[in-house]
Amino acid sequence: MSIEKTEELILNMGPQHPSMHGLFRMVVHLAGETVTNIEPKLGYLHRGMEKLAESRTYSQFIPYTDRLDYLASPHNNWAYVQTVEKLMGVEIPERAEYLRVIFGELARIASHQVCIASTALDMAGWSAWSYAFRDRERICDMYEMTAGSRLTVNIMRIGGMSAEPPEEFWPALQSFLDDTPEMLEEYYGIFFGNEIAMGRLKNVGILTKEMAENLSITGPVLRASGVDYDVRKAEPYSIYERFDFDVPVRTGCDSYDRTIIRMDEIVESIKIIKQAVRDIPGGPIMAKVPKVIKPPVGEVYHRVENPKGELGFYIVSDGTTKPTRLRIRPATFINLQMLPIVAKGWKIQDVVAIFATLDAVLGEVDK
Amino acid sequence: METLNYLLETLNNLFLIIADAIRGLFADPQSVWANLTMNVINFIIVVIIVVLAALILILLERKVAGWTSQRPGPNRLGPRGWFQTIADALKLMGKEDVTPAGADKLIFKIAPMIIFCLPMMTLAVIPYGKDMAPINIDLGILYFVAISSISTLCFLMAGWGSNNKYSLLGGMRAVAQMISYEIPLLFSLLGVVMITQSFNLGVIVEAQGTIPFIVLQPLAFVIFMIAGLAELNRAPFDLVEADQEVVAGPFTEYTGLRWGLFFLGEYGNMTAMSALAATVFLGGWQGPAILPGYVWFFMKVGVMIFMMMWVRWTFPRIRIDHLMHLAWKVLLPLSIVNILLTGLGIYIYRFVMGG
Repeated sequence: MSIEKTEELILNMGPQHPSMHGLFRMVVHLAGETVTNIEPKLGYLHRGMEKLAESRTYSQFIPYTDRLDYLASPHNNWAYVQTVEKLMGVEIPERAEYLRVIFGELARIASHQVCIASTALDMAGWSAWSYAFRDRERICDMYEMTAGSRLTVNIMRIGGMSAEPPEEFWPALQSFLDDTPEMLEEYYGIFFGNEIAMGRLKNVGILTKEMAENLSITGPVLRASGVDYDVRKAEPYSIYERFDFDVPVRTGCDSYDRTIIRMDEIVESIKIIKQAVRDIPGGPIMAKVPKVIKPPVGEVYHRVENPKGELGFYIVSDGTTKPTRLRIRPATFINLQMLPIVAKGWKIQDVVAIFATLDAVLGEVDK
Repeated sequence: METLNYLLETLNNLFLIIADAIRGLFADPQSVWANLTMNVINFIIVVIIVVLAALILILLERKVAGWTSQRPGPNRLGPRGWFQTIADALKLMGKEDVTPAGADKLIFKIAPMIIFCLPMMTLAVIPYGKDMAPINIDLGILYFVAISSISTLCFLMAGWGSNNKYSLLGGMRAVAQMISYEIPLLFSLLGVVMITQSFNLGVIVEAQGTIPFIVLQPLAFVIFMIAGLAELNRAPFDLVEADQEVVAGPFTEYTGLRWGLFFLGEYGNMTAMSALAATVFLGGWQGPAILPGYVWFFMKVGVMIFMMMWVRWTFPRIRIDHLMHLAWKVLLPLSIVNILLTGLGIYIYRFVMGG
């Protein structure tokens, strides 16, 4: 009697694959349907952002930051301009700070909606996907009213904001805030409450607290593993210490908590925006900054809480109009480390779901 | 009133009258040649049903997808987008027919042809109205399940012949899934067979004159629906063609009309499975006499198809191991319990009625 031996199947997923969220590629080693090893291959969207910055002036680099995490572009603007402002020691007007918070939190909601949508879509929940995208459109409309574009908004400037939101922005914002609880209920009803979705996500892809800390995971992924860490609380930037909000923490450590924690965060963001709309003062939206931006010689690191985690900019200035060195600390690039570790031993379908819960945006991963 | 009744009666038997008229053209209406001609005509009608069903269902699927996900769906081509499928079919015909370099050419090419034949073979035994089964055979249910299980082989052939890892994974999934679900599918039908004492679909429909079997066999109907969805590779059991994991499974390498044949086959199989559900559980052509029997039949089929589409666009996809657990640990025991309960029920019924 001969014993038939099974062979390992090496499957190349990506860069052109329906569930690879852009241009991610992974080589999956399979034993049947079970994943034995994953090799992530990055760099298909590498545009050399950091090097490009060295030949652009400080202001010219702002639109480039939009293309990092393109689902939450105001956050990238924010992190960058605040870094430069920190280097120059510029104080920006109150109204601009409030507007930044409003747009930042709107971007957080939009980004989380995309995460919920794409997680659902990666599990073939088509309707959940279109529900979340339908609601995200309203945020895009609000961007468009103010900045003229819907995705890469380029809304912030060194020293303030690019534009004052028009009259119709405020009622649109108010109605969006009012509709949010109903929206979240819908997402729950169509996707998170579904038995099949729970079966696919619960207790799948466990990322323990220790693992998350050792891998320097940040953002919702970290908080879903039970670590209470949020840059907005740990090192408050802008005017976040003025707002009353909680940092949602879940202890499930699994795919389900990594996704549903984003629903909790949407609730908190709504809280922050409501307070900001209530307290926003009048006044200018730009500080008095020189036409040609020449920060003093020195170096600076600044970080903000991007929807996906901690986004940091490190800038070295030699006193000229262009940075000598600019370094980006992207959130999802570092979060992505967990994929091969966590996904091992699960089915190929789970790997797709785990990857979706990381909410990786390849613009940020490959820079 | 008299004329109305006469009109309804005529409408109800319209196709039978036409068939008799055609038979009347022959010198001996029961000769071999007359039978042969009738068989050819029946076959052509079944082919037309399959192709028409696919044409309508593809558009309906996209419309239902639009409704469930709050968008209009196709609405540009023709009145409210009704010509969309025709345009798509023409586009598919114009596409280049690509065979991958390393493919097993024969297997690759015959797989879509076979899968397209299956719904015609299965739909041929369905009674569309009183005495309106194109082919009336005594083992109708068994024949139906046996033929529809050949589609497993087509998926495997397509998956293996394509020489693509995604296709192979999809093909293997198809085999594992469809063979597992065949058993609860057939077992769920056994309850009805026990009640009617017949495998003949015509007899089964006749027996539902007063009460459809969905009332007597609710558990069997649920099992049949779940197993039927899995058998058809429809969501939430569409692991075979899961685009998020295995791109398009066995269909990844197919282009143009070959791919279109798979599509036609899929929708034809869906129609066949819905027709079986309507026949066995919903009473087939039986219904209040205000409408002809075949209208009732197609309405019931339409309801079943709509249910399948509704489920597809709202539910996420199940995982492969959960799929297997569902088949072997839940549906199979439940279907056996159903057979036991049905047997018990028949026994008590006979005891009470003194049979």
